[in-house]
Amino acid sequence: MLSQILKSISVVALALFSCLSSAAQNRGTSLSPEQIWTSTSSQFRLRVESSLQPLAINRLHSWTLHLEDAMGQPVVGATIEAEGGMPEHDHGLPTKPQITTTEQMGTYRLEGLRFHMPGDWQIKLVIRTDRATDSILIPLQL
Amino acid sequence: MSKRPKAASAWWITSTITLAIAAIAGLSLWWAGGCAGLGICKPSAWTEAELQLLQSLSLNQLPPPLPSPSNRVADNPQAADFGHRLFFDARLSATGTISCATCHQPERNFTDGKARGEGIGTAGRNTMSIVGSAYSPWLYWDGRSDSLWSQALAPLEDPAEHGGHRMQYLRLVAEDLNYRHTYEALFGPLPAVVEHLHAEPASQSPEADWQAHWQTMAEAARHEVNRFFANMGKAIAAYERLLLPGASRFDAYVDALLAGNTVGEDSERQAALFSADEIRGLRIFIGKGRCIDCHNGPLFTNNEFHNTGVLSFAGELPDRGRRHGAAAVLTAPFNCTGAYSDAAPEDCAELRYMREGKELLGAMRTPSLRNLAGTAPFMHKGQLATLADVLEHYNKAPAAMIGHSEAKPLGLRGWELKALEAFLQTLAAPLATDPKWLRPPVRSEG
Repeated sequence: MLSQILKSISVVALALFSCLSSAAQNRGTSLSPEQIWTSTSSQFRLRVESSLQPLAINRLHSWTLHLEDAMGQPVVGATIEAEGGMPEHDHGLPTKPQITTTEQMGTYRLEGLRFHMPGDWQIKLVIRTDRATDSILIPLQL
Repeated sequence: MSKRPKAASAWWITSTITLAIAAIAGLSLWWAGGCAGLGICKPSAWTEAELQLLQSLSLNQLPPPLPSPSNRVADNPQAADFGHRLFFDARLSATGTISCATCHQPERNFTDGKARGEGIGTAGRNTMSIVGSAYSPWLYWDGRSDSLWSQALAPLEDPAEHGGHRMQYLRLVAEDLNYRHTYEALFGPLPAVVEHLHAEPASQSPEADWQAHWQTMAEAARHEVNRFFANMGKAIAAYERLLLPGASRFDAYVDALLAGNTVGEDSERQAALFSADEIRGLRIFIGKGRCIDCHNGPLFTNNEFHNTGVLSFAGELPDRGRRHGAAAVLTAPFNCTGAYSDAAPEDCAELRYMREGKELLGAMRTPSLRNLAGTAPFMHKGQLATLADVLEHYNKAPAAMIGHSEAKPLGLRGWELKALEAFLQTLAAPLATDPKWLRPPVRSEG
């Protein structure tokens, strides 16, 4: 019975410890260029490279967006709209970022991004092509 | 048959004890959090996430000032020296009595202790500090300037401030040989029109006089004079870029916390640096006071625009703030993309990606919180007389008179507000600037 109690205690302790550890690690998130973001209806896949790594507040910077379709082919000629903000604070971005195309197939630039408060942010990209419209939500912790 | 109830009972006891232990552990942790929240823990109670926030506020996280592509002499020492002389020179006014330093007084963190700036008349808004302004993409409460050099120009011609005009300043620089040599070494020859300038008779209306003169000048000559005027601003900006905050007791405390790394090691040193009350205030600042939402980074400002429901004086229309400033900076002749800027259009990223819109109605730029002593009254028109009044304002968060206030009532108690105020006082420190820049220059007559 004692061993059962000890086992239970250690499970509870471990659970609490891991909970606290994850709370401690939730700031200054890097945006990994390897991470693949899938759109809500799985029409597109996206990789994001930030010119600012790790992400930080109060710095104007840009993202390079590598866009593929569900088959892994670069998506050329998409129209992308970017918006973002802090849902908890009910406000948007302090700047008006713009999307431009690049010479590289399926690669776009999102320029003029700045986050002006620590906390939870999100960037929503609405992607339109001749064949599909879909969106990708990227949560960020600053 | 008889073993089953016994096993069940053992299982029940085990479960009960486990749950009780879990509950005790949970309660202890809750208490630890609650204790941290109340600020009655020792300094060692900062969590890893809080330490990261504290570090983000530390002055040693401050990068070099932003480059100023629109000002090619921004980091030129001769330009800073010239700007220093211009900054303290009261001849740069209609009356010969008002200099930049009249309102931006070094001993008051480059503010004036008045509700609104007082030059020849009374200015429209409270005088902002220029310490650390090299880091702000926008100047003025409403951000209607996008560079320090363009900001420096407007007060020189504002009838309520310096009340002079660019032709008067051109004549001053031409006649003060020391100024003239310095100017020409930095920027090249003075405009050709200077050879035809004559001393104007004293007039009741210098603004009308110079405007009349301006109408008679050729476009090319006006352009040259504008360039001269912009160059004056660029020299003043080179000087102002040197005004930087110094490390305060708060920074020493954070350094000690981070050096101690693990909890408790340096607690004596930490306790010597920061009182329990100041620690409570700091915890509120980064926590439930939500001050850090806008007063963030090593300068305690995000240099962005927020409507926090600061009311007008009775009988006065509310200020439109950034809604007006954003529209004004786009068409300002001395902005980053204008004819007098040294920047290539692609270097003017702040203007290009600037947000406009009605949500900026009544929004004002977040000021730094370093060195608040001697800078009261506060807010954009000096509406709030003391720091305690400012904290009370945010605690109550009244609805905005114009636009929508982002501030929400905080529900802080009296002792919490006092602790917050005690913490804010720890941000005072001598500037990290050579003291010679904080005194009027010794003038060598040309």
